[in-house]
Amino acid sequence: MMLTGRFKHALRKPGFAIGLTIVVASIIVALFPFAFAGYDPTAMDYSAINKPPSLAHPFGTDTLGRDVLSRVIWAYRVNIPMAFLATVFALVIGVVVGALVGFHRGIADAIFGRVVDAVITFPFLVLVIAVVAVLGPGLVNMYIAITLVGWVYYARLTRAEVIGQMGNDYASAGRVMGYSNGRIIFRHLLPNAISPVIVYWMTDMALAILLGSSLGYLGLGAQPPQSAWGVLIAEGRNFVTTAWWLSLMPGIAIVLTGLGFSLIGDGLADILRPKG
Amino acid sequence: MQPILSIQDLTVTFGSKQGPRLLPAVTGVSLDLRRGEILGLVGESGSGKSVTLRSIPGLTRQYGTLAGKVMWEGRDLVAMSDASLRPILGKDIAMIFQEPMTALNPLLTVGVQITESLKAHTTLDARARLRRAVEVLDLVGIPGAAGRLNDYPHQFSGGMRQRVMIAIALASTPKLLLADEPTTALDVTIQAQILDLIAQLARDFDMGVILVTHDLGVVAQSCDRVAVMYAGRIVEEGTVRTVLGDPRHPYTNGLMWSVPQDVPPRTQLFSIPGTPPSLWNMPPGCAFAPRCARAEARCTAEVPSLSALEAGHLAACHCPLGGAQ
Repeated sequence: MMLTGRFKHALRKPGFAIGLTIVVASIIVALFPFAFAGYDPTAMDYSAINKPPSLAHPFGTDTLGRDVLSRVIWAYRVNIPMAFLATVFALVIGVVVGALVGFHRGIADAIFGRVVDAVITFPFLVLVIAVVAVLGPGLVNMYIAITLVGWVYYARLTRAEVIGQMGNDYASAGRVMGYSNGRIIFRHLLPNAISPVIVYWMTDMALAILLGSSLGYLGLGAQPPQSAWGVLIAEGRNFVTTAWWLSLMPGIAIVLTGLGFSLIGDGLADILRPKG
Repeated sequence: MQPILSIQDLTVTFGSKQGPRLLPAVTGVSLDLRRGEILGLVGESGSGKSVTLRSIPGLTRQYGTLAGKVMWEGRDLVAMSDASLRPILGKDIAMIFQEPMTALNPLLTVGVQITESLKAHTTLDARARLRRAVEVLDLVGIPGAAGRLNDYPHQFSGGMRQRVMIAIALASTPKLLLADEPTTALDVTIQAQILDLIAQLARDFDMGVILVTHDLGVVAQSCDRVAVMYAGRIVEEGTVRTVLGDPRHPYTNGLMWSVPQDVPPRTQLFSIPGTPPSLWNMPPGCAFAPRCARAEARCTAEVPSLSALEAGHLAACHCPLGGAQ
C-alpha cells in the first residue's frame, strides 16, 4: 500500500526516526520499569540524603535518600498512559461531534459554534483547573477535566476538515448513490478528513504530558506517593539551589518525551499530507 | 410513449425564508424524458442547468427550497423524504460529475467503490459483486478490468477516472443517468470517447440520460433533444435538429452565432452583447430582453411563456425568429 511506502520514506528522515525511537523507548520503559530501575523507587536510605549524581545514583538521591533515577523511571508508568488517556477520549468525542455538526450544519452547528467560542475564550489550563477544582484532585478527575475542555479543539478541527471534504463531488456522489448519512460521514468523509486531526493528536499528547506535569506540580493531578514527573519537580522545588537534580532530572524526562511526540507529529504530517 | 421522468414546474430558490431576499435559481422548469432518450440541458454559467439537474435527486435540498414536482414512476421525488429516496437513488437513478478527480473517494480502491454501490442496492453476494464490478469496468472500456479492481483513483488518468465514475453509476443498471458536464474537465479526444460511450450505453440499456453542458458541440454530437436555459428558465426546447438547425429564440440564435465557425484569423468573434441578469436583480419581463435586438415594449413588461411554435418545438419568446427559411 502507498502509506507503508511513505512510512519507510519518512523513517529515513532523522526527526521522525528520533521521535519514534524516543516514544517506543518510553513505552517500553513504562511497561517494564522494574527492568530499568536500579532501586525500589520508595526505598529510603538515610545514609544517602540529597546526594548529587554519582555512579551509584546517576540522577542523585532525594530528601529521603530515594534514588531519583528509579523514581523518574517509575514515573513513566504514570506519565506515558497519561499522555494517551488525557487525549484519546477528547479525540474520539471531538471527531464524532465535529463530523456530525460539519455534515449537518444548521442549528446544531450554530450551538456548537457558541460552545467553541465560550471554551476558547478561556486559557486551556484555567478551565481545566476550574473543572478539577470542582471534581476534586486526582488522576481520573484530571482526565475528565482535560477531556471536557479538550474535545472542543478536536471537534473544531474535524468540522472544518469535513466541511472542506464535502466540497468534493464524492460526497454528493455518495448521496446520489443512496448511501445513508452515517455511511457518507464515517466511511467516506472522515477517513479523508482525519489526517490533520491525527497530527494534532500527537502534538496534543506532548502538551498533555506538560499539562499533566503542571497539574501534578500544582497538586491537582497524580498525588504524592505516586511518582509522576510533575510531582517529582514539585518535591524538589525547595531545594533548587542546593539539590538541582531533584527537579532537573524529571524535567529532562518531560522535555524528552514531549519532543518525541512532537517529532512524530511532524513526521506524520509529512506521511499523511495528500500529494499530487 | 410515457415519459420515465417528468419535471413539472420545478422552482428552486436559495436563501432563507426569513432572509431579506430569495434568489430564484430555477423558475418553472418543466421537462419530460423518455426511456433511451438523451436530453441536453444547455446554458451559460449561472443559467440554472446544474441546479435543475441536481434537484432531481434532491442534492439542492440542503441549500435551497424546492417547489413543483419531479415525477418518477408515479412518485414525486420532491415530496419524498431523504430516507425514502435512498432505495431509488443509486439503483434507478445514478449521476456522474464534472470533476472525475474529486468525484471518486481517493482513499478507496475502485473495486471497493463499485461493489459498495452493489452492496447497497442489490442482493448479490460478495463474489457476484466482484464479478459484476469487472463486468461494468469492462463495459466502459477499462483495459484489463480484472487487474485494476485494487487500484486507487489516482492510478487512473482523467478519462479513465470518468469511465470508472460511469461504471459505478452503471453497476446497478439505472434507468436514468444524470450527467453534470461529464466531459468539461477532459480534453477533446477523450471527450468524444466518453460521449460516444454514454450514447452507446443509453441505446444498449434503454437508459434515459440528462446531459448538462455549456457546449453546443456536445449537444449536437450526442443528444436527441435539447432544452436551452437562460436565467433559470427554459427558453427553447425541441429536438436537436430543430433547435440547432432552426433556432427560434433570439438567445439560442445568439449562442449558435457565438460558436466560431470558419472565421478568418484575426477577426472579432461574435458575442451576445451585455451579461446575464443577476438573480438579485431580475428584469420584470423577459430576462433576455435587455440584451435582445428584437425586444419590444411587451418584452420588458411581460414574461413570455414557453409555448409550442410547431409540434415538438417550444420557445419562450414574444417575437420569435421566423421559422425555417
